[in-house]
Amino acid sequence: MLDLSPDEWTAVQLSLRIAVWATIVSLPFGIAVAYVLARKEFWGKALLDGVVHLPLVLPPVVTGYLLLISFGRRGPVGAFLADWLGVVFSFRWTGAALACGVMAFPLLVRAVRLSIEAIDRRLEQAASTLGANRALAFLTVTLPLALPGIIAGMVLAFAKALGEFGATITFVSNIPGQTQTISAAIYTYTQVPGGDAPALRLVLVAVAISLAALVISEWFARRAGVRLHGD
Amino acid sequence: MLALDVEKRLGTFQLAAKFETEARVTALFGPSGAGKTTIVNMIAGLVAPDRGRIMYRGKVLFDAAGKVSLPPHRRQFGYVFQDGRLFPHMSVRGNLEYGRRMYRLKRDAAELERVIALLDIGHLADRRPGKLSGGERQRVAIGRALLMRPQLLLLDEPLASLDAARKAEIMPYLERLRDEAQVPMIYVTHQPEDARRLASTVVRIEAGRVAAVGGPELLDGAPAGLPG
Repeated sequence: MLDLSPDEWTAVQLSLRIAVWATIVSLPFGIAVAYVLARKEFWGKALLDGVVHLPLVLPPVVTGYLLLISFGRRGPVGAFLADWLGVVFSFRWTGAALACGVMAFPLLVRAVRLSIEAIDRRLEQAASTLGANRALAFLTVTLPLALPGIIAGMVLAFAKALGEFGATITFVSNIPGQTQTISAAIYTYTQVPGGDAPALRLVLVAVAISLAALVISEWFARRAGVRLHGD
Repeated sequence: MLALDVEKRLGTFQLAAKFETEARVTALFGPSGAGKTTIVNMIAGLVAPDRGRIMYRGKVLFDAAGKVSLPPHRRQFGYVFQDGRLFPHMSVRGNLEYGRRMYRLKRDAAELERVIALLDIGHLADRRPGKLSGGERQRVAIGRALLMRPQLLLLDEPLASLDAARKAEIMPYLERLRDEAQVPMIYVTHQPEDARRLASTVVRIEAGRVAAVGGPELLDGAPAGLPG
């Protein structure tokens, strides 16, 4: 039944690659922003909070269009990156990963921020009296204690990236082999006669990947919980 | 040795403390809410005074006028908190070794063994803090503060969260610590009997002020603290 054609298989691989990259690359930024929002008071904090959450409330098409005019070939950021770093986003899988990362970012930040806020700051104070500077206290106390939240955030981000449709298709279109993810491929198949069978196959694959991600994250979270609270 | 002259406003509470001590063990003694913990936090560097100066062994730790404020991780003062504050994600051994690793001190197996024996915590080494009793937790917290080779040991009501039996279990360790370890101690308490057992100098704190500095005779006639 799950006899995927090469085209379908390409879409699955592309989706996984995009989702994995979007999650991994946004992770350090997500943790940094979550830490700043959880622990610091500064001018413009509400603005940063708002900007981070914007992709959650904006129509995905709007986010995609904003990415297109800023990160596209002729966009200010896109032109700069292409000229100086040779990184091109428009109509490439990297652009799809960027769109997915931006869309998933608020979910990641939210989960990590909540888990950092739940950590007793007095443990960080204890670490500082024991000789840890800010960075070491963060690495040895805050980060390990926030691990369950970080895992949860990563899974949310991965799932969001896997299912992202509107921003991706607006920003990098729907090119088979380049930017056509599972979601875009399913959409395409539903628009053509005789596309029901391939669409259904891809739907099953999407369900399987999402379930697997949930099970794996549950397992990691439980292990992290055991590490935190003893067995 | 330790000289302090500081002011700090916390909401409507005004703290202004000035005292010097040369004692092996100095008790900061006074009722709850008098500002004892804030004073200790200022000595540790966790709270910055609004005004004033803190010196230890001729070194300036804090000076508002000179804009000096040494961060806690460069003071090397051991701090035993009232609630232990052991790291829940590390074993007892990991907690004990944390300070030594952060201060980049050489591993000293003999010292580790001596402290473990002094506090009788060897059998707990592989456990998580969550699995310890209150008394065990405080002993590990004391060991953790000792193993970073502190210049000064700050103990903020380390027995306050324990019942009478647990208190009786830990007190002898504190006395041994005073007699064997070569570290001066600041001991915060609202219990006159604890202060009497440990301290040679008593600083009486009342309503954010130093009411008196002297010997244990200051504890006579002092109102007994609340139980627990």
